[in-house]
Amino acid sequence: MSAHKGLNLTLKVWRQQSQKEKGQMETYQVSDISPDSSFLEMMDILNEQLIEEGKEPVAFDHDCREGICGMCSMYINGEAHGPGRGITTCQLHMREFNNGDTIYIEPWRAKAFPVIKDLMVDRSAFDRIMAAGGFVSVNTSGNTQDANAIPIEKHKADQAFDAATCIGCGACVASCKNASAMLFVSAKVSQFALLPQGQVEAKERVQNMVKVMDEEGFGNCSNTGACEVECPKGISLDNIARMNREYLSASIKGE
Amino acid sequence: MTKLDSKIPEGPIADKWTNYKNHIKLVNPANKRSIDVIVVGTGLAGGSASATLAELGYNVKAFCYQDSPRRAHSIAAQGGINAAKNYQGDGDSTYRLFYDTVKGGDYRSREANVYRLAEVSANIIDQCVAQGVPFARDYGGLLDNRSFGGVQVSRTFYAKGQTGQQLLLGCYSAMSRQIGKGKIKMYNRHEMLDIVIVNGKARGIIARNLVTGEIERHSAHAVVIASGGYGNVFFLSTNAMGSNVSAGWKVHKKGAFFANPCYTQIHPTCIPVHGDQQSKLTLMSESLRNDGRIWVPKKKEDAEAIRAGKLKPTQIAEEDRDYYLERRYPSFGNLVPRDVASRAAKERCDAGFGVGTNESGEAVYLDFSSAIMRYGREQVNIQNIHNASEDKVRELGEKVVENKYGNLFQMYEKITADNPYKTPMKIYPAVHYTMGGVWVDYNLMTTIPGCYAIGEANFSDHGANRLGASALMQGLADGYFVLPYTIGDYLADDIRTGKIPTDSPEFDEAEKAVQDRIDFFMNNKGTKSVDHFHKRLGKVMWNKVGMARNEKGLKEAIDEIKQIREEFWKDVKVPGSAEGINQELEKAGRVADFLELGELFARDALLREESCGGHYREEHSTEDGEAMRDDANFTYVSAWEYKGEPSDAVVHKEPLVYENIELKTRSYK
Amino acid sequence: MSWVKNTFSSSIGRKFAMALSALFLMFFLLQHFAINITSVFSAEVFNDLSHFMGTNPVVQFALQPILIIAVVYHFVMGFVLEAKNKGAREVKYAMNKGQANSTWFSRNMIYSGLVVLAFLALHFYDFWIPEISTKYIDGDMSGLMANGDFRYYEEMVEKFHDPLRTGFYVLAFVLLAMHLLHGFQSAFQSIGARHPKYTPGIKKLGNIFAIAIPAGFIFIALFHHLTSH
Repeated sequence: MSAHKGLNLTLKVWRQQSQKEKGQMETYQVSDISPDSSFLEMMDILNEQLIEEGKEPVAFDHDCREGICGMCSMYINGEAHGPGRGITTCQLHMREFNNGDTIYIEPWRAKAFPVIKDLMVDRSAFDRIMAAGGFVSVNTSGNTQDANAIPIEKHKADQAFDAATCIGCGACVASCKNASAMLFVSAKVSQFALLPQGQVEAKERVQNMVKVMDEEGFGNCSNTGACEVECPKGISLDNIARMNREYLSASIKGE
Repeated sequence: MTKLDSKIPEGPIADKWTNYKNHIKLVNPANKRSIDVIVVGTGLAGGSASATLAELGYNVKAFCYQDSPRRAHSIAAQGGINAAKNYQGDGDSTYRLFYDTVKGGDYRSREANVYRLAEVSANIIDQCVAQGVPFARDYGGLLDNRSFGGVQVSRTFYAKGQTGQQLLLGCYSAMSRQIGKGKIKMYNRHEMLDIVIVNGKARGIIARNLVTGEIERHSAHAVVIASGGYGNVFFLSTNAMGSNVSAGWKVHKKGAFFANPCYTQIHPTCIPVHGDQQSKLTLMSESLRNDGRIWVPKKKEDAEAIRAGKLKPTQIAEEDRDYYLERRYPSFGNLVPRDVASRAAKERCDAGFGVGTNESGEAVYLDFSSAIMRYGREQVNIQNIHNASEDKVRELGEKVVENKYGNLFQMYEKITADNPYKTPMKIYPAVHYTMGGVWVDYNLMTTIPGCYAIGEANFSDHGANRLGASALMQGLADGYFVLPYTIGDYLADDIRTGKIPTDSPEFDEAEKAVQDRIDFFMNNKGTKSVDHFHKRLGKVMWNKVGMARNEKGLKEAIDEIKQIREEFWKDVKVPGSAEGINQELEKAGRVADFLELGELFARDALLREESCGGHYREEHSTEDGEAMRDDANFTYVSAWEYKGEPSDAVVHKEPLVYENIELKTRSYK
Repeated sequence: MSWVKNTFSSSIGRKFAMALSALFLMFFLLQHFAINITSVFSAEVFNDLSHFMGTNPVVQFALQPILIIAVVYHFVMGFVLEAKNKGAREVKYAMNKGQANSTWFSRNMIYSGLVVLAFLALHFYDFWIPEISTKYIDGDMSGLMANGDFRYYEEMVEKFHDPLRTGFYVLAFVLLAMHLLHGFQSAFQSIGARHPKYTPGIKKLGNIFAIAIPAGFIFIALFHHLTSH
């Protein structure tokens, strides 16, 4: 265990009252932060301090604080979910920083993710993409066939699982220089394209999801690979290539 | 006491559900289109219920406080989901799952509900696979199973350590399909702040739009509460930061009874508290106990030296280690049920053998070195390596362990900066799940007609202790397969009702109460933040209403909680404004409800003069510290009726009748 | 045929078309290089090949228009996409660490592309416009100079006299190399050609192509600059 030597930090935080108003960066100081604290616990301390000073605390999204709900969403020192790989902001710990550091904390920036307050953005564009086709059209009657009726090659099942681990946090969009949502959309398209259950409506799915993705105002993929590096779940670019194939083949073969 | 009618159908237990389904009233598809249902919460229970009700044709309005239904805390469940499929041919059956669940719950659950749960469990797996949930498979392409604590068969389906995530995303997909069709109207970032009762029936809710701050009225013919558990009453828990009791508590205050609030599951394997700045505890999957051995030093001076940082666990000789679970429970060893494992850890730490770095030394070791060496030797044989060095064996063993638990080890290392391959993990129990909740009958309806509670929000299936991998099962069973039937029986009478107007005096009154409370918070010139009170409440709960409880402590807790509550209302400070996003205001409302629930919780624990499952009363234990149930006097559900202050709440007792299972002392020795 | 329109106005369809034009251009580049490099060894071979390319009807009336379409599409769509992509993030980050997750080349395709475009303008001015003018406006399809020799080699060598032009030529190819370092493998990704077995090879091949071909052009330029007087 590290000896408790508190960190003193300068924070540059984006403050914006609401979607309509303009925002700006504000500077705050925090002191004696335990290196064992998580980044969000550091934000809690900042907020306690602000409340004490009679100021409004910084609004930020967070919920499970164990890296799975996908709610937390900060752009820290120029990277989505901060430095470190394979983690969300809530899994980032203060031991990654040094005493005296200045830390920039900004919201996800994308036209399709408008800031609604401070560090909170509206990611409902993802929900709308999902509603366009991110499902298998099977009713929940409980009268489907037995789960073991269709064996699925383990390798394929594992790949589908890897794609399905996406937490929908939006780090891919935030990191992409074009604010493209291709990694998110391709993960869902891939999951279903790899499974026999999903193949039945694969063509409509990919076309509908891509259509909504384009309408929502995300940028184009230019294959920089930033999304894959910053993705807390390590979703692979393989999925984007697969979606490209699925989309093109659906366009050519679809009716 | 006569107020409680559990409405359990007649007949043999195996036929109850089928017979019941055959005789309930149905709503024809055309009529369903004119019926609205509100669902609060979009986890496994709420999500699956919303999707299914919409598929059936009802107009569903679903509410969640998060920015998307996909973020509900069901997503964090790691281990798996139970189902009586018997794919492994190891003798599993509906009856066995039923039996294990009742026994695991320490004989404090309702037989008929549990049997139905076991009965529909197999369907859940079929359903999820059809939806494209990527469960783990073996090389033959068929579904794989693992085994979990407290049972003797392999019936747990899983998707690595992310089963909850995959199941929730399956629900979310099913919901998305209905949202796309317009059958579900989704209200993200909305929080229910009250239920509206018209002529004795649940007819709507008052909700706050968390983005604009607007107070909204929503009407429906029925209201379903699927808002999860209330573990955050302890402040520190494995629940999400936003998890709260408010939806359940509001319906309680409007007439729904609250059952067994004191039944809380403390999960034995969590990462210990590191300090005062901590906001949240992280669970390490129960599956780790398959290979990890739990120990503390045998000598107090060793434990002290470790706490002081002068000694490392790897320096303690094998004979100076106390593998206390193996010592106390030779037949189940490290795989005893959660409540037993948790109490044993507390017992050792209280006796001064803890190895944690915080003030109270709260931590024990979970050690993989034996498993690593065992697997390593196995690999040496498989790979035909002769004269393998100790290091080689260890290296091979670490690989095997990495394949099984890699992601968990990585998570541990990220949080603690310790490498669990080289030094044992430190773990300590933490609040994880609440078995208690809103009282419901066999139909999952609360004591308010038209108000239902499903998933962790209700109380019905897990008794006093929940088995691993059963929470996911219950959430989905309720939402996919139980509620959609039972709610029809009630709604069949509403086909001619027409739209419920929201301009009635009942809505006016409910909205005003909500608005008044918000105004109070905004205008209160207090000095202390909401978290200040929440942390204080949590400390009292953990120390006096936690893993071990006694009369004196509980009475003190009741007084202290009352005290904190009074201070809260006088001195709480909520900055900002009520227009627009105000997270402090949201928290204030939730903590206000926790402060009431906490007292009722302690009262329930005081009333229950026995030890059962997650509820352990020091006065009711054997000499060697084992729990003592009192079946003669306490085989009942305590269902509390709201009467104003928590201290005025009146208890109603629903006797639990066991016709199919004989009550026995749970022994894991 | 609305599906064609729909497909090629979608994000993926456009990237696909960008990739197809890029693949064609890379093939063209390779072929161009194969001809140019002969000039180092033999003016005669270079002249023969040039004359063939300049007068063969298939090359002139089938491949050349495709090439022009590909060049124009690649540039125009490059700008269109860049504008759209810039618009997808209206407020910039105060602090952004692109280098932490991607290469400089991949993030700056528009700049390397712009330099290549400027080079192409010069190249057209130097070679293509005079060629077209001689052949199709003056109607001189002989490819001969007054002395009866082919004019191609002489025309080329003459252009490399100017150190400024040669310098710009070298710079443009350095940026083309950067463009290709990302573009080669990116084109394969955009058409969905990705496979754990083959993708590492494609990436390696891309790096070789991206460095070797521009380096070869630079070599040719410098060779003629230094050897011709």
